[in-house]
Amino acid sequence: MTQATDSFEEIESAVVRFAGDSGDGMQTIGERFTDSSAFAGNDIATLPDFPAEIRAPAGTLAGVSGYQLQFGSRSILTPGDEPDALVAMNPAALKSNISDLPEGGMLVVNVDSFKKMNLKKAGYESNPLEDEEFRKKYQLIELDLTTLTKEALSESPLKPSDKARCKNFFALGFMCYVYGRPLDPTLKFFDQKWGKRLPEVAEANSTALKAGHNLGDTMETARNRYQLAKAVVQPGVYRKISGNEALVYGLVAGAQSANRELLYSGYPITPASPVLEGLSALKKFGIKTVQAEDEIAAMGVAIGASFAGDLSVVATSGPGMCLKSEFIGLASITELPVIICNVQRGGPSTGLPTKTEQSDLLQSLFSRHGDCPLPVIAAHSPSDCFECSIEACRIALTYCTPVIYLSDLYVANGAEPWLVPNAADIPTIDAKFADPSEEYISYKRNPNTLARTQAIPGQPGLEHRIGGLEKSEDGGVNYDPENHEQMTHLRADKVERIADSIPPTQLHGEEQGDLLVIGWGGTYGAITSATQAMQAEGFSISSLHLRHLNPLPKDLGDIIKRFKKVIVPELNLGQLSLILRAKYLVDAIPLTKVQGKPFKVSELRDSFHKELS
Amino acid sequence: MSTTNTEEGSLTKKDFVTENDVRWCPGCGDYAILNAVQRTLPELGVPKEKFVVVSGIGCSSRFPYYMNTYGFHTIHGRAPTVATGVKSANPDLSVWMVTGDGDGLSIGGNHLMHLLRRNLDINVLLFNNRIYGLTKGQYSPTSEVGKKTKSTPAGSLDYPINPLLFALGSEATFIARTSDTDQKHMVETFKAAQAHKGTSFIEIFQNCVIFNNNAFDTVTGREVRSEQALMLEEGKPLRFGENKGIRLNGFDPEIVELQDGDDESDLLVHHSKTNNPAYASILAQMAYPAFPTPFGILRQIEGRETYEDALHSQIKASQSKGEGNLQELLTGKNSWVVE
Repeated sequence: MTQATDSFEEIESAVVRFAGDSGDGMQTIGERFTDSSAFAGNDIATLPDFPAEIRAPAGTLAGVSGYQLQFGSRSILTPGDEPDALVAMNPAALKSNISDLPEGGMLVVNVDSFKKMNLKKAGYESNPLEDEEFRKKYQLIELDLTTLTKEALSESPLKPSDKARCKNFFALGFMCYVYGRPLDPTLKFFDQKWGKRLPEVAEANSTALKAGHNLGDTMETARNRYQLAKAVVQPGVYRKISGNEALVYGLVAGAQSANRELLYSGYPITPASPVLEGLSALKKFGIKTVQAEDEIAAMGVAIGASFAGDLSVVATSGPGMCLKSEFIGLASITELPVIICNVQRGGPSTGLPTKTEQSDLLQSLFSRHGDCPLPVIAAHSPSDCFECSIEACRIALTYCTPVIYLSDLYVANGAEPWLVPNAADIPTIDAKFADPSEEYISYKRNPNTLARTQAIPGQPGLEHRIGGLEKSEDGGVNYDPENHEQMTHLRADKVERIADSIPPTQLHGEEQGDLLVIGWGGTYGAITSATQAMQAEGFSISSLHLRHLNPLPKDLGDIIKRFKKVIVPELNLGQLSLILRAKYLVDAIPLTKVQGKPFKVSELRDSFHKELS
Repeated sequence: MSTTNTEEGSLTKKDFVTENDVRWCPGCGDYAILNAVQRTLPELGVPKEKFVVVSGIGCSSRFPYYMNTYGFHTIHGRAPTVATGVKSANPDLSVWMVTGDGDGLSIGGNHLMHLLRRNLDINVLLFNNRIYGLTKGQYSPTSEVGKKTKSTPAGSLDYPINPLLFALGSEATFIARTSDTDQKHMVETFKAAQAHKGTSFIEIFQNCVIFNNNAFDTVTGREVRSEQALMLEEGKPLRFGENKGIRLNGFDPEIVELQDGDDESDLLVHHSKTNNPAYASILAQMAYPAFPTPFGILRQIEGRETYEDALHSQIKASQSKGEGNLQELLTGKNSWVVE
């Protein structure tokens, strides 16, 4: 046996992908590896990738679940284009992932699962591990994971089948060894999750994890061992956060900073359900959550709660947005604050429910009947969901309007380290109800924001009626043609006024040049990485990322004019580019992808190169 | 502007009348219902600013515009959801929901079902005129089979829904029927609904004078109602007409004619608080011409917690162990420090 400890290779970053059956616990070990990397002081970005079926038939391609992360001592903005190391728990996982692994990449396989039946289920006619060419192509590490795990757990009181289930942590232990990840965060996780309830499970998983780690230590083939320095980041308290978690916390913080009670209503839908679940667990914050009977009802409950004076929120995905559309129109004409979160997924219809896409931008902007512009904002990373949701609260309450908040599956499920903000530093939101000592005119507007002021049931003397019929300023139903035109303009102008409160647009790079990349939402990491890399190569390229999609920032038109070309990468068929073309008469070049996957940095660089050559 | 006197007992009907012109058709049953509600509300001991009237879409749903309370005219079929939001946000409010047979039982049937099962303390007034009025006369889900309307020139095909059975099937805790022809009965029924803790479902037979005139004459007409309607009175035998009553034969009700000196003891006695839904189900299925059509409170079940009370008591229970601290939430349990 060779001791591998003296063969550390210093690296700046690495990309690891775990792939297995959807019941194999790949998401779990991916998250554990992420936590360990965060504790090790690395920057991280993650990409959980799981099938639409909870448990597709075991061993089939349809059931493969994966989790990729990039970690490093430098700033990490994406989960990486392709893995440096792939862990494949069965033939199906190998088959559906191997094409992403570059030649020479590390390939860890569970050879126990490479049996005839599994090979056949995965569509292999022969065992690829017996193919000499295949073996030469990668740094192949063959582990009898199931056998080794069972052996390690020979003393455990668990049933043999339960012992075998611990093999994911054996694999994790091994990978932790290879990349010098600490085991403590995972051991702590076992203790928190099972320590009290199922101590024998905690014990077995700990044993499997350590055994995997020890195997690396004693195994000759694990001579590749990597070492990463800590990322240089701003000092402070950090935690790992996913986009949906950050959204939940941002809503709690936004409601507190506005001194409003928070009511959330939702109907379970992938990938927005964690918002309902997350807020439902925060009752001690006084948060009311209602699981409605359907998407429409969820929106109605939120509108009712808003009318009664709560800060109300719904979260859904594309199909749910369709169902809510009529109600969103009602919220617009009645001018009630409601935050409508759309965690986008691949569409149309059920489409790709567990894959990412940015194809609901035009829906967000236009899906209501009538002229019904609404503020639309989009979060660009997991931690940005926190700031964006507070911004949604600010807009909704300051302008007395529904707000559409967009994230996407990639942002919502992805995780990254987050410098924990100081709660006391979160700016307050000034949102007062009408003063009962003054005459109340329900659609009288603040001259600066054009917002109306809400009076809520329970306030004596301010009784009034609102509803879907067109109203005049005094709140009376009014069908006059001139009044309708005026009110339609006022509602639109109010939304436009929000642009006055948007800070100047941040450009990454020079203020002018050959190519401007405009992005929005979850493409931030890939766009920024690609732009930075090309700037380092000496190209005249800058990028900007839009948080506010309606209204657009006031300075955007001028910025666009300072560049020779404008390119707009989007995970749709060119929705923002259409808007930019219409609004600024600019030849914005759409760069599109609709594969349910985020952009690779290399794809963007190739496209930018083309535009600059 | 807070000159409104909200002291208990000092409100009158006038306080609930808005300046808006009421725009229902002359002779519409809605006027009578509006009048009854405006007569009821001042007598409930609830401050005026705590009333919220929520409606959907349809003739009946214009109701909030004519009530000088907080009001919300929402969208078609969805009033139960908005009412749920209002009541969940602030359980202290007295929420009245106005809907129709199309709004409540066709497009909004699903939401109504869930409102009833959740048992929010909301009073639901379902104006049943068995026709679509605001869209000018198509058949509704409570129209009788064979109804000839503009959309069904050869007669409607679908079997109608029975609103009371619908409510019973949704396990509503208060189910009643009244009629736009009977002010006193409406006011009594509305008061009982307000007194009930939980969702109160009231079907109101309401005449559409334009598109389905006289739809309920066979049971509400002055000359026939004593013979063809059954007025339910708590603890009293089911009697109607001069000398008729209802008794059970197996699981089926039957009409008996009492001769002089006959004992009432084998007649069914009205107990609306009977927990078993079978009795209310029998009443809900009785209809003219086979039986007299019942009016009154068919069922009122006490003791089931309301949704909003359960919602708020969960929050209170959680907060009794300590209120949430935002900084702790943001920091989480697995943070680390970078020096």
